Amino acid sequence: MSAAPVVSIKNLKLALPPGSDRPYAVDGVSFDLVPGKILCVVGESGSGKSMCAHALMGLLPDTIIREAGEIAYDGQNLLTLDDSGWLALRGRHIAMVFQEPMTALNPLMRIGDQIAEMFEAHNLLTPKQRKQKALQLLREVGLPEPERSVRAYPHQLSGGQRQRAMIAMALALEPAVLVADEPTTALDVTTQAQILELIRDLQRRRNMAVMFITHDFGVVSDIADRVVVLQHGKVVEQGAADDVLRRPQHAYTRALLAAVPSMQPPPRAPLADRAKAVEVVGLDKTYVSGGGWFQPERRVRAANEVNFDILQGETVGLVGESGSGKSSVARLVMRLIEPDQGTVRLGDTDFTRVAGRALRRERSRIQMIFQDPFASLNPRRKVGNIIADGPIAHGTDPAVARQRAAELLGLVGLNASAMERYPHEFSGGQRQRIGIARALALEPEIIVADEAVSALDVSVQAQVLNLLEDLKARLGLSMLFITHDLRVAAQICDRIAVMQRGAIVELKPTAALFSAPEHPYTRELLAAVPGQISSSRAA
Amino acid sequence: MLSFIAQRLAKAVVVLLAIVVFNFMLIRMAPGDPAMVMAGEAGASDKIFVTQLREKFGLDQPLPVQLYRYVKGIVTLDLGFSFRQQMPVAKLIAERLPATLLLTVTAFVISLLLGVLFGTLAARFAGTWADTAITILALIFYATPLFWVALMAILLFSVAMDWLPSFGYETVGANYTGFAHVLDVGAHLILPATTMGLFFMATYARMTRASMLEVKRHDFVKTARAKGLRDAVIQRRHVLRNALLPVVTLAGLQAGTLVGGAVLTETVFAWPGIGRLMYEALLQRDYNLLLGVFVVCSAMVLAFNLITDLIYRAVDPRIEFAS
Repeated sequence: MSAAPVVSIKNLKLALPPGSDRPYAVDGVSFDLVPGKILCVVGESGSGKSMCAHALMGLLPDTIIREAGEIAYDGQNLLTLDDSGWLALRGRHIAMVFQEPMTALNPLMRIGDQIAEMFEAHNLLTPKQRKQKALQLLREVGLPEPERSVRAYPHQLSGGQRQRAMIAMALALEPAVLVADEPTTALDVTTQAQILELIRDLQRRRNMAVMFITHDFGVVSDIADRVVVLQHGKVVEQGAADDVLRRPQHAYTRALLAAVPSMQPPPRAPLADRAKAVEVVGLDKTYVSGGGWFQPERRVRAANEVNFDILQGETVGLVGESGSGKSSVARLVMRLIEPDQGTVRLGDTDFTRVAGRALRRERSRIQMIFQDPFASLNPRRKVGNIIADGPIAHGTDPAVARQRAAELLGLVGLNASAMERYPHEFSGGQRQRIGIARALALEPEIIVADEAVSALDVSVQAQVLNLLEDLKARLGLSMLFITHDLRVAAQICDRIAVMQRGAIVELKPTAALFSAPEHPYTRELLAAVPGQISSSRAA
Repeated sequence: MLSFIAQRLAKAVVVLLAIVVFNFMLIRMAPGDPAMVMAGEAGASDKIFVTQLREKFGLDQPLPVQLYRYVKGIVTLDLGFSFRQQMPVAKLIAERLPATLLLTVTAFVISLLLGVLFGTLAARFAGTWADTAITILALIFYATPLFWVALMAILLFSVAMDWLPSFGYETVGANYTGFAHVLDVGAHLILPATTMGLFFMATYARMTRASMLEVKRHDFVKTARAKGLRDAVIQRRHVLRNALLPVVTLAGLQAGTLVGGAVLTETVFAWPGIGRLMYEALLQRDYNLLLGVFVVCSAMVLAFNLITDLIYRAVDPRIEFAS
């Protein structure tokens, strides 16, 4: 811990344009980056953590004013650097890895060329040497078949492979500082574990200083040497990882840590002698793409002999990695897509057999809450209409429906004045509450929640989970809860089904699944959940 | 790749035949009988003459037989005979096609180059006076009727300043050969091609501008900046290349209409192309010629669609050849 810092940020103050919700994006932030150490910058969305990273890279938008402070690197203050100074610095001395490996690579350029561009930007090596170096880097970050990957386009690689390629690119010029902005947030848990391992390994080998931005305390406890906690642009706490995680001083840090769902499922009374709300038998769905007049077809089996049931008042979780078919099963149960085979029964009704008017009527019994609270509400409709539309379509008198919408807003913890406002006027958590009110408007018996809390910050996530639990108990709802987050699943589900490649590989009561997982894939998923040691010690 | 082209060509042939049959039926459904019209114009509309005409041109046969003969002819590239012009339709079209292609391809290239250039500049200086000026200029050319711009161009550059010829494909009677001929045709080409090009430029400029502004927001542009690349390289290699994808789609759609789309320009500038041929055939009820022009135009649309798809696949690796 005695090494001199390579970057020293002192009293950084970045002003937001007038009319923003607060005057400063970053307000008096100071921290150091030390060679060979990983500094985690933690905070919820809007806390200013990405702004700090962008300031360090000279990538701040023009509307942000650098009002005061200093970023000291190699004897100069980066805030006073001109354009050509930044060009020489970026990539070569300070490199960056972004959150979305899907969008952070140019879709029209080969991976190898994008890495070679790093050398080209700084006039290093000959074109041929650049190619060789790119290959060598891909090998170093553990990309399978580097000779092929170097010629691949981004879409031909998986999310984890793309992130490895991004890291290879960032490391090309052996920078002294690596800035990683939520580099594993978009990845599955098992892939996330591998990428974290890779970053730590490379950082140690190259003695780099790493600034690692995340909102996930599990990741922090796995990777951080030091931690900075940001709230509303201010540092509320910083220190060694162990101290901050085990003995948090500030109330906000404590609240954040407390909001992280535990891996210990709370005790749940067994649900016996209840009727089945949903019964899914032998559900099969294969997606066929391509197949024009002459083209061969491509087949993906999204649901393979899926069987499960949900008792009245029960929450069944569907967990698995992206592409495992959990969203397809949700859509099949909702009958938003038609199964190739199999039956979905809602109570006594065969939901897969009804059609036309009867189908529309039955649809009110099962409603969905979506993942993205931004995309799932029509931006041009007022909240009151969004909620009342469903009941009105089912024949409720508009005045009654609107009255009911106002009550529902109260039920989900919003003010009835929200009726007359548009979705963009609300925060992510509030919008998810609106989405819940919309789902409840048709008085359904069953709720299908597709990653309903994945896009939310932990504290908001905890609130929405509490709300769902409370509503479920009060209204006697049954729930199909789809998530990739095993911590969330542990907290809310009575039973959990683990999906892999379209099939349910294990279905058990939650406590039993966590304490005695049988299937190797379940064990692999559980092992990959970040922050398992420290979360128990922090709790 | 080759199998893809083969598949697409096979599909195109089927589509083309369907178009031929449809056009044939459409024209036969229209009231009026070419034999009667011809006999009438010849001033001898007695029954025997009309019957003779019918037999001569096969109009006495049942419709399916006529259709069969027509389609059979098209398969062997025989588009029938123009009774009006007393020439095979294929020959008439072949005479006019090069002039039309020369005009429309030149106009197309002008519109695409200027459109992308202005669109890029507008996006680069988005929100400034330069952006507004480019947008207004493009919209003026788009909103003004093409024939009016054509007439004004003739007034200005031919009549008032006498810089360029006002009509035709070449100087009649000059009998230029070699390079002099090329220069002569070129001089005749400038006004009609530029007029047409400026009209279509607006759509490309708007599309390029919007598309570039959209692409600029993508994360990979930030990645490129984080590499320390110069702004000019980022604009060209990362932004423009991605932004051109929708422009390629638009250009492909418009390229298909190039042959038929020049009717107005060809008429104003007395350009001896397909557009004017079609216009004349329409006025004279020259069914075979009209059908022939339709077939050629359709084939052109299909061909350009195929070319667009190939270009799209070449520039966007995310679209893969299914083979």
